[in-house]
Amino acid sequence: MPDLSALKRAIAALEPDSALRPADLFAFGEPGIDGPLGGGLARGALHEVYARRVSVSASAAGFGLCLALRAGEGRPLVWARQDFVDVETGALHGEGIAEFGGDPDRIVVVRPRDATGVLRAAHEAVRCAAIGAVLAEIWGEPKVADLRASRRLGLAAAGSGVTLVLIRRGAAPQPSAAASRWSVEAASSTPLEAGAPGPPAFDVELLRHRAGCPPRHWRLEWDRDSLSFAAPPLPRPVVPLPADRTVAAADGTPWRLAG
Amino acid sequence: MPNLAVRDHEPEEDAAFLVRLAQICDRWTPLVAPAPPDGLILDVTGCAALFGGEERLRDDVLRLFRAGGLTVRAALAGTPEAARSLARHGRVAIVPPGEEGLALRPLPVAALGLAETERIALSRAGLKRIGDLADLPSAALASRFGEEINARLRRLLGREDLRLTPLRPPPPYRMDRLLAEPIGDLTMVEQVLDDLVREAVARLEAEGRGGRVFEADVFRTDGAARRIAVSTGRPSRDAPAILRLLREKLDALADPLDPGFGFDLVRLSIPVVEPLAQAQAGLDGRAVEEDEVSDLVDRLVARFGPRRVLRFVAADSHDPVRASQLRPGSFPPQSLTGQRPPSLRHAEERLEAAPRNTPQQVRACFETHRCATLLSMTQGGRGRSVPSRKERGGAVSGFLQPAPLEPPTRPLQVFDPPQPIETIAELPDGPPLRFRWRRVLHRVVRAEGPERIAAEWWRAPDDPTRDYYRVEDDEGRRFWLYRAGLYGRETDRPLWYVHGLFA
Repeated sequence: MPDLSALKRAIAALEPDSALRPADLFAFGEPGIDGPLGGGLARGALHEVYARRVSVSASAAGFGLCLALRAGEGRPLVWARQDFVDVETGALHGEGIAEFGGDPDRIVVVRPRDATGVLRAAHEAVRCAAIGAVLAEIWGEPKVADLRASRRLGLAAAGSGVTLVLIRRGAAPQPSAAASRWSVEAASSTPLEAGAPGPPAFDVELLRHRAGCPPRHWRLEWDRDSLSFAAPPLPRPVVPLPADRTVAAADGTPWRLAG
Repeated sequence: MPNLAVRDHEPEEDAAFLVRLAQICDRWTPLVAPAPPDGLILDVTGCAALFGGEERLRDDVLRLFRAGGLTVRAALAGTPEAARSLARHGRVAIVPPGEEGLALRPLPVAALGLAETERIALSRAGLKRIGDLADLPSAALASRFGEEINARLRRLLGREDLRLTPLRPPPPYRMDRLLAEPIGDLTMVEQVLDDLVREAVARLEAEGRGGRVFEADVFRTDGAARRIAVSTGRPSRDAPAILRLLREKLDALADPLDPGFGFDLVRLSIPVVEPLAQAQAGLDGRAVEEDEVSDLVDRLVARFGPRRVLRFVAADSHDPVRASQLRPGSFPPQSLTGQRPPSLRHAEERLEAAPRNTPQQVRACFETHRCATLLSMTQGGRGRSVPSRKERGGAVSGFLQPAPLEPPTRPLQVFDPPQPIETIAELPDGPPLRFRWRRVLHRVVRAEGPERIAAEWWRAPDDPTRDYYRVEDDEGRRFWLYRAGLYGRETDRPLWYVHGLFA
């Protein structure tokens, strides 16, 4: 069947994803998640982040910013945000972004009136190869954010190599051409001394991964100082190892059964 | 009179309409001045030949305005005053050069535009026509009726020439394309603009300059005129980039360009130009990248308007709301271009040098100016940073560098204004145990605080002190709450607010 294989080759040449090499991935910085994903997520692709509930949308924005910071590697970011998102969940705060690890001086914020404007701004920004990553936030399930729009954004991202993170709040996960789709839920943080809330923590669920990782759950913390993800420490304190003797008798003496 | 329609007189609307008419007149000459309440003065020096002579030019003007349903009288004379008086009071349409005296002699003295009392005084003295006045010795006239009347007479008779103040001064660069056949297709308009931009860029390049503002005017055959203006963050003579901006703007027009019966004149003007030397690209390509970001910001501004493309500006304030603000970002931020921002003085000089044209452009200049002020302020703040800033670990930008190993102390998103909540809290200064926000009850499991932030007494002396708490509820959501007022000292029933959300 020489015709069929020729056709397959032709399709593979048309498909931009086939050009994916390990160099085009950005890692999470946490082996527990990078391993299953095969090294990280594709740079120059569209990734979707859904807030599982409206009330945890701040977590979705935070996780999206984490991905953008990992993918951007210090280059400028563009953050396109629908006006309504500001009303509903508060406006972006420069100091907060600085404390999150971002550089507010290198972020351009675009605030279009509606979802169409957000998608347009994202499309315009993602074609500029000098940008590190683009964040786009839309509210609800507008008609314009369909399969075709995601396909177009994905192609634009593949063309320039710029990563696009689309954050969606108040929407159920929909089919799209995204390279990966995540659902984010708030997670309780590791408490600091005196019961203070710790670093940002997320409960993320991988819904779809184009390169083949099956759906999975992770609990992640964001380490601002190293700009990387980390697995949270075990929830219960571990029994300390005795310093002056071995843990168990090495000579094979059986344990004495009590009671 | 059953068919009489009665409307209130709206002087502002009339004035606005006059300005619109003046814009239409741009097709004949760049020097147009409105003469309120109902007149327009056009300086057509050297323009008549383009339209086939003064006679044809006047006919063209009359035809266009009459087609629009207006009653028009037009006259052409050597001085603005003479033309105005002839249009209002005379029967001569076009006065040959040097014959103003002859043409104006039969006009009534009202043509001088004097106050009512002076007009009556003149007519009581038997002086009814301009000719009567012109014959009198000027000294006698001045002693009886004041010097003003002489000045007006001199201007009217062409003995003194006073230039008019046009609505917008002519731009330094202006290119017209007069089309033999009106075009109705927008792609053809873009094609014509493409030609014009390339022509303009060639001229700019030859003179070592770049434009900051580009305006495209399209004139319809029926007289309607539209202007599309784009501005760039830095001087530019990059034809494809300018065209992309213009196209972007054309796409984003709220009410799209309506060709009607076609456009017959397309014009490109560059009202603001600045020196722009040939740049040599660095080997590392960094400068190219920065230019690309700046171009992207220009494109976004062209599409969404300067108020919707923002960037963060740090202010030297302990008030968390004022410490970070979003400002229009059409000015390239220092970090994006990698250059020092122009100082305030530089920006001012440039603005003074630049001609101020449309109100829009003046506003754009003003914004640029304001941004420059802010930039230089943050710069200043950086230079003489307060000790606390340095202690917290050398601030690289206007924003504080976070302390290592600490969780974020400021939320990612901030509500403006803060949203009130109902709480159950320990008094006098404990964190809330439970709070209700947007009808949902949150049980606090972790809390840190208070971080006491006093109001800035020099701004808002009556604002209560705020005690901020970072709290986390049992579902893992983190909030930034505050209690307004110190219990017992400032208030007995403190109110609680949620001010921001942590990730």
